[in-house]
Amino acid sequence: MSQRIPVTELTDSFRDRAVGALADGQLRTNFRVAMDSLMQKRADAFPDEEEREGLRELGNHIKARALSQLPDLLEQLEAKLTENGIKVHWAETTEQANRIVHGIIESRQGTQVVKGKSMVSEEMEMNDYLAERGVECLESDMGEYIVQLDGEKPSHIIMPAIHKNRRQVSKLFHDKLGVDETEDVNELIQIGRRTLRKKFLEADVGVSGVNFAIAETGTLLLVENEGNGRMSTTAPPVHVAVTGIEKVVGNLRDVVPLLSLLTRSALGQPITTYVNMISGPRKADELDGPEEVHLVLLDNGRSGAFADAQLRQTLNCIRCGACMNHCPVYTRVGGHTYGEVYPGPIGKIITPHMVGLHQVPDHPSASSLCGACGDVCPVKIPIPELLQRLRQENVKSPAEQPQVKDGGAKYSPGERRLWGLWKTLNTRPGLYKLFLWGATRLRVLAPKNVGPWTDNHTAPVPARRSLHDLAKQHLNKGGQ
Amino acid sequence: MSELFYDAAPNATRVAPERSAPRVYPAKPAEVTLFGTCVMDLFFPEAGLDAIRLLEREGLRVHFPQEQSCCGQPAWTSGYVNEARDVARAQLNLLDNGLPVVVPSGSCAGMFRQHYREVFADEPATLKRVADLAGRTFELTEFLLHVCKVQWHDLGQPTRIALHTSCSARREMNTHLHARELLGKLSNVERLDHDHESECCGFGGTFSVRMPEVSGAMVLDKTRSLRESGAAEMVTADGGCLLNINGSLDKQQQAFRGRHLASFLWERVSGEVSS
Repeated sequence: MSQRIPVTELTDSFRDRAVGALADGQLRTNFRVAMDSLMQKRADAFPDEEEREGLRELGNHIKARALSQLPDLLEQLEAKLTENGIKVHWAETTEQANRIVHGIIESRQGTQVVKGKSMVSEEMEMNDYLAERGVECLESDMGEYIVQLDGEKPSHIIMPAIHKNRRQVSKLFHDKLGVDETEDVNELIQIGRRTLRKKFLEADVGVSGVNFAIAETGTLLLVENEGNGRMSTTAPPVHVAVTGIEKVVGNLRDVVPLLSLLTRSALGQPITTYVNMISGPRKADELDGPEEVHLVLLDNGRSGAFADAQLRQTLNCIRCGACMNHCPVYTRVGGHTYGEVYPGPIGKIITPHMVGLHQVPDHPSASSLCGACGDVCPVKIPIPELLQRLRQENVKSPAEQPQVKDGGAKYSPGERRLWGLWKTLNTRPGLYKLFLWGATRLRVLAPKNVGPWTDNHTAPVPARRSLHDLAKQHLNKGGQ
Repeated sequence: MSELFYDAAPNATRVAPERSAPRVYPAKPAEVTLFGTCVMDLFFPEAGLDAIRLLEREGLRVHFPQEQSCCGQPAWTSGYVNEARDVARAQLNLLDNGLPVVVPSGSCAGMFRQHYREVFADEPATLKRVADLAGRTFELTEFLLHVCKVQWHDLGQPTRIALHTSCSARREMNTHLHARELLGKLSNVERLDHDHESECCGFGGTFSVRMPEVSGAMVLDKTRSLRESGAAEMVTADGGCLLNINGSLDKQQQAFRGRHLASFLWERVSGEVSS
């Protein structure tokens, strides 16, 4: 497994990639089927609407409270983890985080890393960084393993290989591992497991993510369904956890509702098969567990979002993926179209803080603002409202000082002039009525081709008379 | 590490607004204002007129201020806040007379009720007027159902229809429930569910021209599920969705069509075919 996954180089736009994805019938079927099933599972997991809404409100308040105390909680977390024997590292950028992780591996003369599922390590492109330095990094989550084997990126934050069906996975295993093709999902999983099992025992370092970092007790909580997370964090002699600074919560009581929201929103599970609580390395009288445990806390733009009262809500996210499961855009174009680590609605609102709007200029616009995401978000992030805000920041001129990294990516004096005209038309009743008069009287001259609209529709023809006109006549006659 | 947060606003953490209590409806007033919306004005004026007739049938005097234009939503959702605010202010001024405002389009009603407070967030004095307008803004079906408490006799032939509700209207205004209940009052009308009924039709205002391929895929799926529902036609209380869905059906050369709920309702209760 020395195969190197190329660092994403975006030469095309969201729209270009969407066109490709929309033309891929298999991909669209895979997503539609999977998302339909996930929506159903979530609905089944919350049979009581009142309970669900109460829990979402609680989740929102817990996260808001944690964020309001973020600097203090992080310091408490560091102190408590240190007391427990876990070494804490701070990284402002992904480059710094990678250097820290590589430094730990080097200190053990390590060459093999086995990794549990971690979106933050995807943010860091850790596999590439380590591969370039001669360290083999193997994904142990089945979905991550599949995408790594195929030289791809995850297309969903919970189910990285959801864009593939069993036939495609079977063919991949056949091509890459030389095993017989089989469409039996259990058999496919066993094939993957046999390959991975050996690696857990050989690895010098295990890497994982973190779902909740608990400040009061200095505990790292990690949920998973495959057992690979527990293997990755306990079998190798060193465990390195990487996480974003927003994952810290006050205490274990805070975790209970958040955990319930997370597993029910993500996969419709009352609880995951494994809930790991890591509170330190192996103690003198213990037989197993890692000798060293490290936590790398990554900022990567999060403090930028934190600095803005409205955008701060982005950091409520507990990474359940429900927003993408319910998103009509994501369902049709899939995760790779977003071109970044986090796809879907949450990706659209969090990625700009990480990479800047210049790199993802279309992210805020790639939404019909239908609101499905905000409706299902377990911690009530007002995603449509934040998308609207990012659109504002995206069209600001440099003089207006955009408040998001690389804001103003879509600033266009031409488009602004058009909206200026629109404003004039809609604030001057005389002019507006003149426009109505012209549009209705000259309706036969209405253009047959009105840009992208007529790709999907026939051109709309104005009515013979406007409602202004009809209403005036009707009401002048005394109504009825 | 506290230096990471050097520019953070203290105490700036927001919590989600409290869930609003079910809306309490006033008694039926004597007069209302109809806000026709710009899409209806130009493309579905007869439906706007049918909305007026439905209100008049309930004994109301309807005003249609000739100074009205657009609620400001297109600029607002495109990120052009100043332009949206100016247009919104013009509507706010002309609707400032205390009369209930009835809107035959859920997303525009939602703009008044939910988004004007964001548009005018920096103007505390205006916010009072915004709250006042929000309190007396009603989507048409909501108003007919809960304020007029209509009792209808269905004069039409038996028919089967599909109902499409705009996303913002459903999420901000619960209009799907209002429209369903209203249609339930028509004895000869059977409402059929369609596949992925709660999913967006792909319109999203400027989304439909900024991301035409994605929007096009969405409306294709929506029109297919509507056609396959077994309904004779689709009804909706939102002009934007109607423009999108009918425009797509026409492009596909399908005979199936949607129409505005106001026209459908007027036809059923008056026995007249809409103009």
